[in-house]
Amino acid sequence: MIVKEFRELVRDRRTLGMLVVMPLLLLVIFGYAANFYVSSLKTAVVGPQASQVAKMLPSLFDVTVTEPSGTQADAETLLQDNKVDVAFVTGQTPALALVNGSNLFAAQSAVAALNKAGNKVKTQVLYNPGLKTSWVMIPAIIGLILTFIGTIVTSLGMVREREAGTLEQLAVMPIKPSQVILGKIAPYFLVASVDMIIVTVLAIVLFGVPFNGNPLAFALGAGIFLFVVLGLGVFISTISQTAGQAIQTAFFFLLPQILLSGMIFPLEAMAAGIRWIGYLLPLTYFIMISRGIMLRGEPIAALWLPFLVLTVMAVVIFTGATLRFRRDLAPGRPASPARKQPAAAETVGTA
Amino acid sequence: MFGVRSATVRFGHTLALDDVTVEVPGGSVVAVVGGDGAGKSTLLRALAGEVPLDGGTIEAPPKQRLGYLPASAGSWAALTVKQNIDFVAGIYGLAGEELTARRAELLDRASLTPAAGRLAARLSGGMRRKLGFIMAIVHRPALLILDEPSTGVDPVSRIDLWRLVSEAAASGAAVLMSTTYLDEAERAAQLVVLDSGRILVQGSYDQVRAGFAGVITRTGDPVRAEWAWRRGRVRHEYWPGAGPPPGTTVVAPDLEDIVIALSLVRRNEGSS
Repeated sequence: MIVKEFRELVRDRRTLGMLVVMPLLLLVIFGYAANFYVSSLKTAVVGPQASQVAKMLPSLFDVTVTEPSGTQADAETLLQDNKVDVAFVTGQTPALALVNGSNLFAAQSAVAALNKAGNKVKTQVLYNPGLKTSWVMIPAIIGLILTFIGTIVTSLGMVREREAGTLEQLAVMPIKPSQVILGKIAPYFLVASVDMIIVTVLAIVLFGVPFNGNPLAFALGAGIFLFVVLGLGVFISTISQTAGQAIQTAFFFLLPQILLSGMIFPLEAMAAGIRWIGYLLPLTYFIMISRGIMLRGEPIAALWLPFLVLTVMAVVIFTGATLRFRRDLAPGRPASPARKQPAAAETVGTA
Repeated sequence: MFGVRSATVRFGHTLALDDVTVEVPGGSVVAVVGGDGAGKSTLLRALAGEVPLDGGTIEAPPKQRLGYLPASAGSWAALTVKQNIDFVAGIYGLAGEELTARRAELLDRASLTPAAGRLAARLSGGMRRKLGFIMAIVHRPALLILDEPSTGVDPVSRIDLWRLVSEAAASGAAVLMSTTYLDEAERAAQLVVLDSGRILVQGSYDQVRAGFAGVITRTGDPVRAEWAWRRGRVRHEYWPGAGPPPGTTVVAPDLEDIVIALSLVRRNEGSS
C-alpha cells in the first residue's frame, strides 16, 4: 500500500510539485515577506521651513519630496495620489504631519514615531482616521472575491464541461468557439459583478468603509481586473483535466495573490527579492485601485499606472487563455484540405 | 457517401489509425468493432472533426448536419432532460412548435417522456445514453456518429437504443457507431474490425463470415493455448492453416470468434 501510494504520488506531478514547492514558497514568503513593520516611510515636507525640517527628521522618514513653496493642499494631493506615506506641513506651530491612513502599517509606524515628538508636531491621519484594519482590508477583499470567482469557480465550470464530455460535443456543434467562451464566461462575469456590488455595499453599511471616489472608475477597474482573473480561470481549465487538478492549480495562483499583493503584508515592508513577485500579480494593482478610489477618492488620472498594467494583463492573459481554449474546442482543423464535404447533399428523412 | 479515405492519425509515436478507409452510406449502419486501443474512438472522432488527420481525407457534412454522441455522458448533468434537448436544439436553430413536436416525438420513442423534468445527473446509465442519443439526432443529421452508445447500458435499454439507431438509419441518416458488443454489431449493414489502428476485415456480416479462412473448434482442453479463448463454459481454438486434428468438434464461427481469431493471427504474427 505504501509503495503503491508512492508510485501514484511520483506520477502525479502536480501534487508532487505542490508538496515540494509549497513548503519552500511558504518558508520564503513568511521569512521575507511576512512583516507588518514598515521601516521606511516615503515622506514629503512642504512649506517655508521644508529644507530645515527635512534634515531634522529621523531616518524612518525617507524624504522624497521637499517643496518650500508647497502648501497643505499640495501635501494632501501627494497623499491622495499615494506618492508619500507622510507629509509635513511647515510654517505653522506646531508643524502639521499628515499621515496616509490607507497604508495602514506605514501609518501605524508613522503615528507611533510622531507621538514621540510630543507637542512639536500635530498629527492628522487622513483617509482612515481610526486606522481601522477593516477599512484597508475590505477594498482588497473585494479583489480577492473577484479572484476566487474568476479563477476557481470559472476553471471548475470549464473543466466540468471537459470531464462530462460535453466540451467534445460542443466542439462538433455549429457553434463558434468564441460563442462557447462568451457563454461560459458571461455568467461568471455577472455573478462576480453582483458579488462585488453586494460586498461593497455591505462594507459601507456594516463597517462604515468610505467610498470617496468615482464609482464608475471603480467599476471600470473591477471590470478590467475581472477579465484578468477570468482569463486565469480559462487558462487553468486548459491545463487541467479534472476538477481536482483545477482546484490545485488555482490554489497555486491564489496563494501568492493573498500573501504578496499587499492585501495582508505591506509591499514596502517586504524584502526587495520578494517584493517584485508582488508587482507581477494582478491583485496588487486592483488593490491600488480599490484603496485609492474608495479610501482616498483618487481620480482615475492618478491611477493610470495600475489601470494600464491591469489592461495589459487582461489583454495578454485573456487572449492567450481563450486561444488555448479555442484550440481545445477546434482541434480538427476544419479548414484543412483533408476535410471535404461530399459534392451531392445527402437526403435525410425524419430520424 | 461519407467516410474516411486512407486516414492516418498519430498521437506522438503511437499510430492510432493506419491507412484506414471506411465508407458510411446514407440509410445504413456501419459498426466499428475492436478491442481496447484498436482505434475505434479515434476513427469516429476523426470523422467528427475532433481529431486532425496526419494523412488521408475525410468526407463529412457540415457541422449543421452532423450528430455526435461521445463515449462520455454527453449531456449536462445539472440540466433537466428537456433543458438538455432544448439547449442542443437551439444551437441547431430548432425552436417553437417544431422543437416542441420534435422533442415530444423523440422522448416518446426513447421512453423518456416521464423523465423529461428530471435532472440528467439523476438518470440511470441507460436513460442518460438515450438522452445523449436524442441530443445527437434532434436536428435530423445526415451523418450520425455514436461512440459506444450502449456500453454500460442494461440489456433492455440496449434494445431501446438499437431500435433508435435503426430508426435513424431507416429515415436516411448515415450511421457510424462503435461498439464492444459483437452481437449488436452483427446487426449492422457493414462491419469494420479494427486492431491496433488497422482494419482487420470489413464488409457485411455475411461477407466477413464468408471471407473467414480457417476452422474453429470447440474443446475443453486446447492443443495450442495461444490460439484458444474461452466462450462460456468451453474454449474455442482457431486453426488458421491446416485443419484441426481428427475427433475435434468444428463450430460455425460467429462475429466474436472471427474478431478474436483475426486478432490472434495479427498478434501471433507480430510476436513471431
